[in-house]
Amino acid sequence: MSKITMREAISKAIWEEMERDPSVFIMGEEVGVWGGTYAVTKGFYDHFGARRVKDSPIAEAVIIGSAIGAAMVGQRPIAELMTINFAFSAMEHIVNEAAKLRYMFGGQFTIPMVIRAVGGGGRQLGATHSQTPDVIFAHFPGLKVVSPGTPADAKGLLKSAIRSNDPVLFIEHAAMYQLRGDVPDEEYTLPIGKSTVQREGSDVTIVTYCKGLELSMKAAEQLASEGIRVEIVDLRTLRPLDMQPVIESFKKTNRAVIVEEGWKSFGVGAEVASRIYEEAFDYLDAPVRRVAQDEVPLPYNRTLEQAALPQVEDVIAAVREVL
Amino acid sequence: MKKEAQLDLYHQMVLIRRIEEQAAELYQQGKIGGFLHLYIGQEAVSTGLIAARQPHDRVITAYRDHGVAINCGLPANEVMAELLGKATGVSKGRGGSMHMADASKNFWGGHAIVGAHLPIAAGFALGDQYAGNDNVTICMFGEGATNIGFFHEALNLAQVWKLKVLWVCENNKYGMGTSVERASAVPEIRQKAEGYGMPNSRVDGMDVMKVYEAACDAIEKVRTESHPYLLEAVTYRYRGHSMGDPERYRKPEEIKQWQENDPIGIFRKQLVSKKTTSEKALDEIEARVTQEVAAAVEFAESSPEPELDDLFKNIYAES
Ligand SMILES: Cc1ncc(C[n+]2csc(CCOP(=O)(O)OP(=O)(O)O)c2C)c(N)n1
Repeated sequence: MSKITMREAISKAIWEEMERDPSVFIMGEEVGVWGGTYAVTKGFYDHFGARRVKDSPIAEAVIIGSAIGAAMVGQRPIAELMTINFAFSAMEHIVNEAAKLRYMFGGQFTIPMVIRAVGGGGRQLGATHSQTPDVIFAHFPGLKVVSPGTPADAKGLLKSAIRSNDPVLFIEHAAMYQLRGDVPDEEYTLPIGKSTVQREGSDVTIVTYCKGLELSMKAAEQLASEGIRVEIVDLRTLRPLDMQPVIESFKKTNRAVIVEEGWKSFGVGAEVASRIYEEAFDYLDAPVRRVAQDEVPLPYNRTLEQAALPQVEDVIAAVREVL
Repeated sequence: MKKEAQLDLYHQMVLIRRIEEQAAELYQQGKIGGFLHLYIGQEAVSTGLIAARQPHDRVITAYRDHGVAINCGLPANEVMAELLGKATGVSKGRGGSMHMADASKNFWGGHAIVGAHLPIAAGFALGDQYAGNDNVTICMFGEGATNIGFFHEALNLAQVWKLKVLWVCENNKYGMGTSVERASAVPEIRQKAEGYGMPNSRVDGMDVMKVYEAACDAIEKVRTESHPYLLEAVTYRYRGHSMGDPERYRKPEEIKQWQENDPIGIFRKQLVSKKTTSEKALDEIEARVTQEVAAAVEFAESSPEPELDDLFKNIYAES
């Protein structure tokens, strides 16, 4: 084990896979000479060269579209979107092409590609650059949507995404690149589509992912000092959604809070809560609570922005409500 | 071109025409659903174009795809079965008229979102460049598609990255009911390539041999000089945009005028006047096509529906 940052974990995953498989290459805006907008691909251009580290024009539709094409003819492209907010310019290709082409042509085509995209708020970038639109993409069958909350998960899941024969949207969080965690030194991968218990407890279940995991872990620490034992289930993958660990945990605690950074309406919380009602209604001891972003385009002003984003205190308050 | 090859092209053109006439009837009978865009009038473009490709060259097009499918060698039976949504269709009944493909024939589909397949075509060429082979990707689209952003992103990328794509614009004068003059800043589409420093030319898309020669030339340039190329084929569709088009945007006289330039008629005249073959031999081809179309309908109608149990098959490669 070594303690490394999220940035290092993601960078290592790509580096190792590019070393392992010559069909893997990375393309996107500023991935090469610049070294990656978030420095994830620093050093790649010098080591792998321009053929495998491709600086693309600022043209999201053709970044994703051409990655789809290259994947269909046998390569394994990693297409980086500078941020997930620019995915809307490539929405057609993510939703109507990557997610559909295999099925619509009767299984003839395979699209082994990864779309890496950075999301999340909290950095005073204003409404267009601070979004967490993960659920929009998770809505579409045909895509896989992964968003890890720890460096170890990030590394193992990204390696699986690169090896996967399906299109995977891999969502990173801009405010988590410095997050440190233990990562195994030896080679490993983690399965896409598996939720996991990140902290054990018996009083209440928090279901979360990505940045929500950090908030929930902090909340659980504070609550532990009052003797409240929180269990945390990290979804890690939004599609396909693995509810089994959630339901198992809920049957034990009978109370649930769902924590996500995106907007509450039509969100992860709505989906997970419905499934709990559908699959474990008899185990309910309290209404399921959701902690999420306020329904507003995120403002620039720091105080306003933080007020709109979910905080540790919001998680603690929600837990108290269900207890 | 050898005589046999020319007769083969004639056969393909007639086959496309008759399959589509038959499809229009089946549509009226309610046996074909969804949208049905006929290629009638434009047969010379894809027939001449595809004749110029090597088998390892990739082909991708828009939703007006039955003709290209036939030219690429997809069996008429399976094309017809796809129109009827049957399990034996080229896309197993999942795609329909607009989404025919056969990877084994290097035909990468029929795509229904205007212009969206152009970035994907650039990606095929990117994959081939990465692999270091000399495949050319042939990407066909209407003139209407050159007004959407995807076109410009794809042409720019192809030119900057020196991708081996032959862009083929089938300028049939209308995108649905909007004439090229009303929608495009330049009515001559090849001019748009100039803005990207891309070699380009324009060809009479009603004359199959002219298309063939222009395509051979362009493909050769793309392959040996390693850059994209835009070929504009001037053509015309005789039928509505899709079934049920009220056609208020053009006069019957205009259609009639273009029908005097019918691509099959032109080719027939050429074949006979140059004594490549006889009227009788061409009539025999037509008779053969009639049988092939009847057999295709028979095959499609008697084919099974897809299994309901297979509804969720092929969403992912790995579950
Ligand atoms: C992005 C998008 N917008 C609108 C449509 C609806 N639509 C289908 S075909 C078409 C006209 C396209 O014309 P053109 O590209 O010239 O091709 P043609 O039909 O003449 O072959 C339109 C507007 C669509 N399919 N996709």
